[in-house]
Amino acid sequence: MKVVVCVKQIPDPALPGELNPTTNLLKRDGKLILDESDSYGVEMALQLVEAAGGGEVSLVSMAPNNEMSGLRTALAMGADDAILVSDENLAGTDALGTAKVLAAAIRRLSPDLILAGVESSDGYTGTVPEMVAGVLDLPSVTFAKQISIDGDTVKVQRQTEAGYDDVECKLPVLLSVTAGVVEPRYPSFKGIMAAKKKPVEALDLQGLGIDLNTVGLVGARQETIRVTEAEERESGEIIVDDGDAHQRIAEFLGELKVI
Amino acid sequence: MDFSKNEDHEAIRDGVRRVCAQFPDEYWREKDDQHEFPWDFYSAMAEGGWIGIAIPEQYGGGGQGITEASIVLEEVAASGAAMNGCSAMHLSMFGMEPIRKYGSPELANEILPGVANGTIHAAFGVTEPDAGTDTTSIRTRAERDGDEYVVTGAKVWTTKAPYCDVCLLLVRTTPKEECDGPTQGMTLLLVDLKDPAVDITPIPKVGRNAVVSCEVRYDGLRVPVSRRVGEEGEGFRYILDGLNPERILISAEALGIGRVALKKAVDYANSRVIFGRPIGQNQGIAFPLADSHARLQAVELVIREASWRYDNGMDCGEQANLAKYLASEAAFECADRAMQTHGGFGYAKEYDVERYWRESRLMKIAPVSQEMVMNFVSSKVLGLPKSY
Ligand SMILES: Cc1cc2nc3c(=O)[nH]c(=O)nc-3n(C[C@H](O)[C@H](O)[C@H](O)COP(=O)(O)OP(=O)(O)OC[C@H]3O[C@@H](n4cnc5c(N)ncnc54)[C@H](O)[C@@H]3O)c2cc1C
Ligand SMILES: Cc1cc2nc3c(=O)[nH]c(=O)nc-3n(C[C@H](O)[C@H](O)[C@H](O)COP(=O)(O)OP(=O)(O)OC[C@H]3O[C@@H](n4cnc5c(N)ncnc54)[C@H](O)[C@@H]3O)c2cc1C
Repeated sequence: MKVVVCVKQIPDPALPGELNPTTNLLKRDGKLILDESDSYGVEMALQLVEAAGGGEVSLVSMAPNNEMSGLRTALAMGADDAILVSDENLAGTDALGTAKVLAAAIRRLSPDLILAGVESSDGYTGTVPEMVAGVLDLPSVTFAKQISIDGDTVKVQRQTEAGYDDVECKLPVLLSVTAGVVEPRYPSFKGIMAAKKKPVEALDLQGLGIDLNTVGLVGARQETIRVTEAEERESGEIIVDDGDAHQRIAEFLGELKVI
Repeated sequence: MDFSKNEDHEAIRDGVRRVCAQFPDEYWREKDDQHEFPWDFYSAMAEGGWIGIAIPEQYGGGGQGITEASIVLEEVAASGAAMNGCSAMHLSMFGMEPIRKYGSPELANEILPGVANGTIHAAFGVTEPDAGTDTTSIRTRAERDGDEYVVTGAKVWTTKAPYCDVCLLLVRTTPKEECDGPTQGMTLLLVDLKDPAVDITPIPKVGRNAVVSCEVRYDGLRVPVSRRVGEEGEGFRYILDGLNPERILISAEALGIGRVALKKAVDYANSRVIFGRPIGQNQGIAFPLADSHARLQAVELVIREASWRYDNGMDCGEQANLAKYLASEAAFECADRAMQTHGGFGYAKEYDVERYWRESRLMKIAPVSQEMVMNFVSSKVLGLPKSY
């Protein structure tokens, strides 16, 4: 079985982020790390391949400056190889452009199954996976919390507000994996060392055969018009217990219609 | 030496940090309070291959040097695990080196893979009630009886003994009086600590309470000759061999404690507002912390030189001793300053710096005292007359 995982490499969320004031795009010149949202997809893929008794997990990522630190982390977890798409002309690519690029890379691998995160931690439009499926003309199932493969069929528990739906679908298919549904393994020392030697194919737009005018700032159909500071949140109310704290908390939750 | 960024070392730091991030301050506070061995932490480090990083690949280890091992321990300490984390795995990382170097291939094959993957816990028994610094005065005896040795005596401070399967034990096979020199007549045995002839009693102590150190009595313990490491009578030489790497590892642990203490102090000095300004704005608070930073940076360089020399097969006695001397001094001083920065709260367990303070104090005493380092430097490096 061959599984492809889309992994986004993002600036470390623990460090202060910065926008380019003219383009309003996030600056991504430094080291990029594996988006935690995608570590679940990687883990899921590894588990599925282990359960299938063999197979291959390939990664696909689009990132500036041939940055592959995040890919190395996913390779250290156990993925076999990766395609990295990097090209100066990709700066400012919107979600659809990203999907076209990822789809072109995925096509080269002809996988049985494609996994992605539900939404990334930095852009979080939550649209790329379905757009990839659209470009590839594949079915897609969102919010997968449990996945099993049975022959040429995938069975998915699709998380809903009330619980989950059981969904079945013929392979190949694209699934977006809900964050937190599996425990991503930590890269081991040997995994880290082995990852250095695993093949990462670096491609640019030409190598992928993508028309420059359909991606990047020129091809973008989305535009960031304005950026405003997030409003500072007011500090919450502190309830000191004078014997009636439980009532006041219950009233507060009642106002919020939580209870 | 090369000071450019080493990708492997960065990756090791990053990998260890990821594991340690699962074990927050509360975890270590609780393990220390409850005197509980940090099993989950130990298992996570073993699973990741971090404990076996310096054991050769043929035994399932990572095949790296003392430099990489010291980076692992520095990161463990700096995560806030401090000595409670480091001592849980310290001896497995390089302590079994005499077995690899001098032991029989059978013994190495039997023991090292388990040490590398964390399933075999090992202790190190040299110190005795009347022989710590003065190692050659040990009195634990091993009498040969056919294919066995019979061991009788008492050790103190054997760390982690109750959880250990085996102990590398230094014993006298010939009384000191009958030897040509005091360093002769000692033998290294790998003994079974689970045997009923072994009696283990933990010693109540100031800190690092998640990992016990014990009094261990050997009452006629029978040890097969096949469990002797190397030649009879050569034990002291084998032990000496391992002292420099041990010093380097301890230095790195001290450096890690210094780093976490400094970080806590800086965070607190930035956030604690007294007299209408953050206390860190007072130079009386800021300068000692800046000074500790300078000392810790210097210590790192001394450690790197020592470990680089060791890994390149060069003599590193002076560098390893200086590293241990400077690192334990800098770490304790930094922990003390972190406590001072925290004021009264520094004395409260909730802020963790008191734990670093108790634990870093140990490094000035063990595994070798500051005075013995000065003895080494005075006589071996400077050429002054020996004091003992
Ligand atoms: C404010 C802002 C600034 C931006 N700045 C830049 C920039 O400076 N340079 C630039 O090149 N792009 C930039 N982008 C584009 C952005 O990085 C995306 O690639 C694209 O918009 C995807 O949207 P998302 O992060 O919301 O993905 P989502 O749809 O939230 O992501 C869901 C999943 O899709 C997959 N996925 C998404 N993106 C990638 C990827 N790149 N590689 C592999 N898998 C992926 C992952 O599995 C992810 O979990 C910016 C976008 C925004 C909103
Ligand atoms: C928590 C802990 C864990 C330990 N774990 C282990 C372990 O796992 N295995 C093990 O074998 N040992 C272990 N030790 C023992 C440790 O190595 C010794 O305590 C240390 O080497 C000092 O020996 P001592 O306690 O006998 O001190 P002593 O030899 O009694 O010395 C007492 C003091 O006198 C000083 N002194 C002695 N002679 C001189 C001199 N000539 N010049 C100047 N000063 C001198 C010493 O520096 C010291 O300050 C541990 C100790 C502790 C506290």
